[in-house]
Amino acid sequence: MTDKKYPLLFLLPYLGRYRLKIALGSLMVVLTVIASMFSPWVLKYVVDGLKQDISRDKLPNYAALILGISVVEGFFRFWMRRILIGVSRLVEYDLRNDFLAHVQKMSLSFLQSRSTGDIMSRATNDLNAVRSVLGPGIMYSMNTIALVIISTTILLNLNWQLTLMAYVPLALVSLTVKKLGNQIHDRFESIQEQFSNLSTKAQENISGIRVVKAFAREQSEMDEFGRLNTEYIRRNISLILLWGIFYPLMTALIGMSSVALLWYGGRQVIQGRLTLGEFVAFMGYLAMLTWPTIAVGWVINIFQRGAASMGRILEVMHARPEIRDEEGAAAPEPVQGALEIRGLTFQYPNATGPALRGVSLSAPAGTTLAIVGHTGSGKSTLVNLIPRLFDPPPGTVFVDGKDIRQWPVSELRRNIGHVPQETFLFSDTIRENISFGSRSGMTDTEVEQAAQASQIAEDIETFSNKMQTYVGERGITLSGGQKQRVAISRAVATLPKILIFDDSLSNVDTYTEEKILEQLTRIMRDRTTILVSHRISTVRNAHQIVVLKDGAIVERGTHDSLMELQGAYADLYRKQLLEEELATT
Amino acid sequence: MAADIHEDQVLGKAYDARLMRRLLAYIRPYRGSAYLAILCLLAGSAFSVVQPYLTKVAIDRYIRENNMHGLSQVAVLYALTLVLVFGLSFGQTWLINLMGQKIMRDLRMELFRHLQVMDVAFFDKNPVGRLMTRVTTDVDALNELFTSGVISVFEDLFMLSGIIISLFLLNYKLALAIFAILPFLVLATLMFKIRVRDSYRNVRTAIARINAFLQENITGAAVVQLFGREQKQYQRFALINKDHLDANLQSIFYYAIFYPILEVISASAIALIVWYGGLQVLAGALTLGTLVAFIQYSDRFFRPISDISEKYTILQSAMAASERIFKLLDTKPAIVSPEAPRAAEVKNGSIEFRNVHFHYNPGEPVLRDISFRVAPGEKVAVVGATGAGKSTIIALLNRFYDVQQGEILVDGVNIKDFELQGLRRSIGIVLQDVFLFSGSVSENIRLGNPDIDDARVQHAAETVHAARFIGKLDQQFASKVGERGSSLSVGQKQLLAFARALAFDPRILVLDEATSSIDTETELLIRDALEKLLAGRTSIIIAHRLSTVQNADRIIVLHRGRIRETGTHQELLHLRGIYWKLYQLQYKDQPDSVPQFAHAPAAQSSIVNRQS
Repeated sequence: MTDKKYPLLFLLPYLGRYRLKIALGSLMVVLTVIASMFSPWVLKYVVDGLKQDISRDKLPNYAALILGISVVEGFFRFWMRRILIGVSRLVEYDLRNDFLAHVQKMSLSFLQSRSTGDIMSRATNDLNAVRSVLGPGIMYSMNTIALVIISTTILLNLNWQLTLMAYVPLALVSLTVKKLGNQIHDRFESIQEQFSNLSTKAQENISGIRVVKAFAREQSEMDEFGRLNTEYIRRNISLILLWGIFYPLMTALIGMSSVALLWYGGRQVIQGRLTLGEFVAFMGYLAMLTWPTIAVGWVINIFQRGAASMGRILEVMHARPEIRDEEGAAAPEPVQGALEIRGLTFQYPNATGPALRGVSLSAPAGTTLAIVGHTGSGKSTLVNLIPRLFDPPPGTVFVDGKDIRQWPVSELRRNIGHVPQETFLFSDTIRENISFGSRSGMTDTEVEQAAQASQIAEDIETFSNKMQTYVGERGITLSGGQKQRVAISRAVATLPKILIFDDSLSNVDTYTEEKILEQLTRIMRDRTTILVSHRISTVRNAHQIVVLKDGAIVERGTHDSLMELQGAYADLYRKQLLEEELATT
Repeated sequence: MAADIHEDQVLGKAYDARLMRRLLAYIRPYRGSAYLAILCLLAGSAFSVVQPYLTKVAIDRYIRENNMHGLSQVAVLYALTLVLVFGLSFGQTWLINLMGQKIMRDLRMELFRHLQVMDVAFFDKNPVGRLMTRVTTDVDALNELFTSGVISVFEDLFMLSGIIISLFLLNYKLALAIFAILPFLVLATLMFKIRVRDSYRNVRTAIARINAFLQENITGAAVVQLFGREQKQYQRFALINKDHLDANLQSIFYYAIFYPILEVISASAIALIVWYGGLQVLAGALTLGTLVAFIQYSDRFFRPISDISEKYTILQSAMAASERIFKLLDTKPAIVSPEAPRAAEVKNGSIEFRNVHFHYNPGEPVLRDISFRVAPGEKVAVVGATGAGKSTIIALLNRFYDVQQGEILVDGVNIKDFELQGLRRSIGIVLQDVFLFSGSVSENIRLGNPDIDDARVQHAAETVHAARFIGKLDQQFASKVGERGSSLSVGQKQLLAFARALAFDPRILVLDEATSSIDTETELLIRDALEKLLAGRTSIIIAHRLSTVQNADRIIVLHRGRIRETGTHQELLHLRGIYWKLYQLQYKDQPDSVPQFAHAPAAQSSIVNRQS
């Protein structure tokens, strides 16, 4: 629960890794501040000296001293920045790696329950806000604290009445920053909100432009947009008002401490209680304090935002992966690939009804099982449960006689080659995509063989960089069929014991399909294969065909026995013949 | 997409006279405010430049002369300048920002208005995201130019000139000595800028790669998990992440070294003042107060210089943004209302397609030599396989696109001679994918048309059976439908679209039926609603429902962009051609029709059975 209340505490172990650096960086902060204290003091000697007609030989020494001090101070400041801001980047690096590692462990149902953009913004914007706490946030806090303590001590020793007078406006500055800062933040939020209304309107209008035009609603759309636009600037104006006050007020308040110094300090000089040099040094110290006092409010904001962002990051990082190895999970040796499903009923979280009802089937090792049915009949759900993309109820799905929930997840998946319904390739070379599942890397021959199996090898030959051709944004755009074939090669490349083709030939023409199937029979011979398809041509040679309807098996048998049955399968077959005829008309 | 991202990120010149002139035109309506703001700026800078001089006066004339009274006067004067500067800079910020906001409003409005008149083909070519960027992000980049860019460059310049003048007036020799340091400052800043720009670019590239990687691995999480690639993907991510880290550490290094160098340079100015100025004080050529004032001036001197270089980036991105905005504004719509329309609205509602040829992309014809007539009040169904060109007919009739050959006549008038809005207003459209705006139910029926009062909305909803489900919503007609109607079912959306079309009461109705399966009850409601909607109107329907094709006066069979068969349901079935096949594939399995058509399906199934 600490991560709800003090999310930033979660960063401590990360910072702990760099404690030496942080200690060194803090030392640099103190040294920087101490070094900076000398310059005004030198000025004091210069001014007092000039008043008493010091010898002209001393002046070059003072000048050199001022320069020397700034070099020393600059040296410390360089290391302060380099070390402390550097640490913030190191922690950011660690945190981002850990974030990805955690997201990778999360199950599909978690990832599907939130948008990609949502997770992305936590890894980028929120992480950035947290980084600001670690870098500028911590550095400026330390700097301000050290500066205030040390300079106040010096000033109090110099003249405590004057110090108090000059500090009153400075305290007001910090308070104003905090107070106005909050209000500015609130108004800013309200502007953002209106901005998002405005954007939504524009987005909606542009996406729905055909409807707008069809109903000739352009004018009313413009009126509506104009109304939102005016409200947007009205809110902006309320911020401008504050903004217009903020910085000028800041300058004025800081100026007031100069006035106090001028008036009260001047009197003291006249009364002989302060030398003119001390007066000038006072001025120097005050100038140094200006920025840190403004920074106080700013740093507080950084911490507030950082805490909120860290909370959002922790929502992801502290979510428990749902699919994980159970205690004592072990894979049988050697793996055969026999699949058995007993009375499987499955319902997605938040769904109103089950996606699968009482499914039972058995595919002995090395046989081919085909699943056909309409869209939404539960085919993909069924095959997604086998590699545990979602967890089936215990005691329903078995591989080699062992409940898959008793298998180590990684072992189970390693033995399954899956060609998902929606082909997803990574923007990388074709070779990388094909050897994606290999843990130890693959030889060129192995990659080549996998490419042959899906008939993609010929296509690859025509690409200018062959196997090294990039897929996607940075390279060649593959056709739907080519993508599917690369995905098939990727699945067969590791020679898994179970192969799943989830409607994987839908974008390939029938001629190529035949050739792929021919090639695959060789590979499929000693592997259990599950074919999900709409097409009869794909499934007709399977050892076993099941027809799914509304999540339940309604027919099962071989192609011939199902045709004889004259049921759903036979109907599907007839329709496909018609479709083919139509395509050639 | 890659090309678009590129286009949006290109940074060109920081100053382009042609663009600037056009931008300045937007200021013209508010030039009063602009002049006043510059006046505030001038006065404000002058008063703040006076402050160190007041310090000098206090020291030389009063503190050293032990004049308490005079000292108080100077302090009061100093306080007065603070108040004046406060007031003036408030005025300036207020005026400038107000102006900036108004200009942004005007520009945004102009862009939006322009988008409303652009033709549909334009929207096909330009993704929503890109157009959104123009209206939002690009306009904001310009805002920054007007508010913090141009004006604060002025401010910095005023300040600098004020300080330079003061320094020369106080003591020109010392002033010259200080200026000797300037070249070092400029050099250091330039070198820093170049380095930082490079490392900033590396950071940007790295962050773009991190984002792309994350995006890909979150969307492809299933594949990563299925192939047990977590470890390897992690290692690759760590590498990209490391690049980002290195680029950042590099830029930290530059910043860490730049600030101390600035300080050393400014310290050397002070050292010069102490040395050279000190000598002059000893020689009696300079007062102590002047020396102190010099130190204060030199502090203020360095700020505006490093500020100005910051503004360069703002200018650059603003110029790029305005270039893109103007390019969009200069794109002329391909389809506009004729200057002297021959007709303003549809009267009797006859439609004729005469030898229409159409393609979206040259070399890929979608419709070929399409000719057909629809008499006023007639109902025509268009059927065909996916990609046959059915939806294109609707888009052409509505003049979303212009035909390349042939002509389309409504009421015997070529639609190109129609007043564009009038034509569209007379043609009601119900698309397959019902588009709902985020607003209330009644707003979605009325679509901003003031002629449609509540009673008419109510009536339309009741007629098409939408009133029933609307009544069950928590706020009835005032209920919000959520973004894209996410809170409604497909069938409900369909009924709402019917209500919308009915409320507008068009002469001609074109309809692309929804394909998605809905529950039987809603299906029956939709059928009945459809019948009421079509009554007395000329209609073209892309039919996905058995009841609709059977009910049509005529069916046009479109195959690969050509009309292949025409006739009634029965006639076409007897042909045993394309329609027959389509019927077997698409319509046969649908639930039985409503009672009044009960005889029809029975007759057909007997035909089919006999044949098979």
